[in-house]
Amino acid sequence: MSRQDFLRRMPEAASAFSRRARLAERLHIDFFLLALLMALTVIGLLVLYSASGHNLLSVEKQATFFAIAYVTMFTVAQIPVDFMRRMAPFAYVGGVILLVAVTIFGNVAMGAQRWLQIGGFRFQPSEIMKLALPIAIAAYLSGRFLPPRFKHVVAVLGLIGVPTALIIEQPDLGTSILVATSGIMVLFFSGLLWRYIAAAVVIFLASLWPIWHFMMHDYQRQRVLTMLDPTQDPLGTGWNIIQSKTAIGSGGLSGKGWMEGTQSRLDFLPEGHTDFIIAVMSEEFGLLGVLLLLTIYAMVIIRGLMIAVNSQNTFGRLLAASISSTFFVYVFVNMGMVSGMLPVVGVPLPLISQGGTAIVALFAGFGILMAISTEKKRVMTPQG
Amino acid sequence: MQEEQQFKDYQREAKLFRNRILVMAGFMLILASTVVYRYYDLQIVNHEEYATQSERNRVHVQPVPPTRGLIFDRNGELLADNKPSFTLYVISNNQAELDITLDLLKTLIDITPVDLEKFYKAKKQRRHALDPVPLRYRLTEEEIARVAVNQHLLEGVEVNAELVRNYPYRDLFAHVIGYTGRISEKEVGAFTPEQVQRYSGTHSIGKNGIERSYEDVLLGQVGSQNVETNARGRVMRVLDRIDPKQGSDLHLYLDARLQETATAVMRGRRGAVVAIDVKTGGVLAAVSYPSFDPNLFVTGISVPNYRALNQDIDTPLFNRFLQAQYPPGSTVKPVMGLAGLYHGFTDVNRAIADRGFYTLPGSSRIYRDWILAKTGGGHGMVNLKSAIAESCNTYFWDLGVRMGIDHMSKFGSHFGLGMLTGIDIPSERKGVWPSREWKRGAKGQAWYPGDTVNMSVGQGFVLMTPIQLAVMTATIANRGVRYRPQFVRQIGDQPLAPIVESQLETKSEYWDAIYEGMAEVMHGARGTARRVSERAEYRMAGKSGTAQAVGIAQNAKYNSALLKERHRDHALFIAFAPVEAPQIAVAVMLENAEGGSSQAAPVARAMMDAHLLGYYLGQDEFVPPLGFHPAAIIKRANNYIAERKAAREAQAAAQSSASVSSAAAVGN
Repeated sequence: MSRQDFLRRMPEAASAFSRRARLAERLHIDFFLLALLMALTVIGLLVLYSASGHNLLSVEKQATFFAIAYVTMFTVAQIPVDFMRRMAPFAYVGGVILLVAVTIFGNVAMGAQRWLQIGGFRFQPSEIMKLALPIAIAAYLSGRFLPPRFKHVVAVLGLIGVPTALIIEQPDLGTSILVATSGIMVLFFSGLLWRYIAAAVVIFLASLWPIWHFMMHDYQRQRVLTMLDPTQDPLGTGWNIIQSKTAIGSGGLSGKGWMEGTQSRLDFLPEGHTDFIIAVMSEEFGLLGVLLLLTIYAMVIIRGLMIAVNSQNTFGRLLAASISSTFFVYVFVNMGMVSGMLPVVGVPLPLISQGGTAIVALFAGFGILMAISTEKKRVMTPQG
Repeated sequence: MQEEQQFKDYQREAKLFRNRILVMAGFMLILASTVVYRYYDLQIVNHEEYATQSERNRVHVQPVPPTRGLIFDRNGELLADNKPSFTLYVISNNQAELDITLDLLKTLIDITPVDLEKFYKAKKQRRHALDPVPLRYRLTEEEIARVAVNQHLLEGVEVNAELVRNYPYRDLFAHVIGYTGRISEKEVGAFTPEQVQRYSGTHSIGKNGIERSYEDVLLGQVGSQNVETNARGRVMRVLDRIDPKQGSDLHLYLDARLQETATAVMRGRRGAVVAIDVKTGGVLAAVSYPSFDPNLFVTGISVPNYRALNQDIDTPLFNRFLQAQYPPGSTVKPVMGLAGLYHGFTDVNRAIADRGFYTLPGSSRIYRDWILAKTGGGHGMVNLKSAIAESCNTYFWDLGVRMGIDHMSKFGSHFGLGMLTGIDIPSERKGVWPSREWKRGAKGQAWYPGDTVNMSVGQGFVLMTPIQLAVMTATIANRGVRYRPQFVRQIGDQPLAPIVESQLETKSEYWDAIYEGMAEVMHGARGTARRVSERAEYRMAGKSGTAQAVGIAQNAKYNSALLKERHRDHALFIAFAPVEAPQIAVAVMLENAEGGSSQAAPVARAMMDAHLLGYYLGQDEFVPPLGFHPAAIIKRANNYIAERKAAREAQAAAQSSASVSSAAAVGN
């Protein structure tokens, strides 16, 4: 808290603060968001227990990651937003350096080089970039006239392009899409002119053909083809989609019951505990379960957007909006790909799918949201 | 940065931002709606389809094979049962994974290239990609343990127990019971749709003998179960089940002890023995020796084993009692005699003077009786009885020629000659009982008088199997009632009625004459087999025969020493006993054993002693000389002891009654 902030505080407003608001402010915790996240944590662990084949060990491991994630979130929430803004260039450059390191020293798993090992700790630098990139772009744009001018747009696209390209090289299409999305979201909320957006859409559509032919790996092309017609290769790449659609569809309105999902229990559903976990949930809890989950997600996103709207400084506003809408993209892409609407790109279902780094990174994002949410109450707007 | 901030219009910026938030929120709403619609479409609109698909993934119908019916002998002795055999199955639809699994398996258990070849063939034929394919049969306990220890490394490998046939007596019943084997591709191809269903869980089928002819009742009815399987085809649990119906047990007329006795007597020889229960036609024993171990065939015989059996000079796979056809020789003389009586060409007492040879009227060809070479003379005056007892050829040549071919060939049908006996195992051969028509059809020639001469002593074109000989003997013993020979007495608890094939009505005195002649063979002073009746405890009737293995040229002197062993005559003997009330009829054929009376008759005696007196022989027991069966000795000793004891007791009783009466006298 800077001295200047302290002077600008309105003494008469303090009485209006409830005890709880003051507690939230002091601890930098958004209790509403926290409640939603805890609900998701519980749902996630329950579904994971069933999806992992009643494996208490993997649930314990996941619970440990959640514990780390909550600590991370509370810690990040304590960081002053302005400090984040000033640290943005270092975070970005550090993230890019780690990505380069991955391409040189990284561990190879399942045909892709994504992991970096430091001591006994193994993590994916691309997860760091999911936050470092929107922070950097928000910091960059918050100091410019908005809507951004063309040269700034080009600069931002450059900032987005470098890490995205590095992640595509790993190759990890899913994460690169998410990283790029988190950057583009900032650009969109900064008020990017509609004509630029229209031009981008045209260029994107026009470049589909060269991307398909020159930039995509065989397995990525196969995923797209499989999504269009899974029955073409029912025992190979189409298997996942056919089985996940069967799992979802057979769940019906109210599902088969917890731990009663036959598709997952009998190993018909591959990756049931990671990317395809929504299929397990759909099978066991039915459409009602899916709607409940979607409602909680929607509330998280709405809460995030509210924090963005209520934030009184540009950096916080852009960052909060980007984090919230990127979270939406997570949910949409995952649920879309599992149900056969979108090609299978390795995007986990946030907070439900098994996976340590992803959860910690998400919670770090929520920590930033909480920091933004609790900060604005102390800061007087320039309009006073 | 600081300069620019001063020019920023914060209100306009905030308004622009709220605008963008609204646009984004709207966009999200649209996308979220498509997701919701997608899940609604999958889970509500198309729920039925996916629920069905999920059930089809999960639940599979498995056939449950029935347990094959057991086979018992007449005393409830188990001749064919089922025992578990362990088979290693591999489930795989991924070649790379399969190669790894097979490489590991090869280090654990013995897998031959033949096993692999069969495995890949079976893999190509499976109906479903996740059907288990058999790789190795007959795993040992140790191999099962080795696979079990490494189960976690062997994805898709399972060891299943299935019941396969076991023949505890090994080679003793091989030619009767036959064996089961793996259902061949050819057999599957010939299946009706109903059979395909019946055999859906069964891997074996009766290939031979009783196993084949009673396949239908032995098999049972297939059951089914719904099982829950995982994606790799492993059965997780049984959901519900319709039990299979066990196949019916068969109870045979066969007596395992008699069969064993026959095998013991046949040891070191080649040939066949058949014993028939006179009153039912039930087969008490049927041995073709040497035999083989049918257990070798049950789960597939190895190539070297099969080659050894198939190339054995003693042809153990050949069923001699059912398929070997020999000229019956003199064993048909009782039937010829009866034909002569029946058609009035001779009577009980008619006698001829035999000089040791016979010539057809107006022909120079000389037919020599066997006695001519032995004594230089003939049998003298012979009637029907002594002609049978001494096996006089001349008498029957004369009788046959006078009777003529047509009477003879017709009469044969009463005894089943030249006809299938109808025995209840497959691949029987019917021999030849010639007629004019037969010769014209088979040889394209007219019937010559010389053919009649040969036929009247069972030579020439005549051919019979040992089972036919036994049926003929049983028909004589039954005074003309010919039963169909049967192995199976009872299916489950359903007894099978004996089947009368034909019945010859003729005078009782004719039968008596034949019986007397045949009894003379065994007991008479000049009977050819009189030595065989030594110490007999009952009266028996018999007739010897000799079947030529090779033709002997006119005037050539028969010298067995010059012939190779394999070219010697076959020894034949038929017999029944007791003469007064016949119970058992026996036919014996010994390949290249020469003497019907000296070699084959003792075998018949052993069979009758065993059946009538209980003097059974163990398979590897020493065969005692005739009349000296250890059981007979023990029986006689026991009789002696019992007699002495009874005598002592009678004496003691007489003494005590005397003392009682004397005591009473004192009391008074």
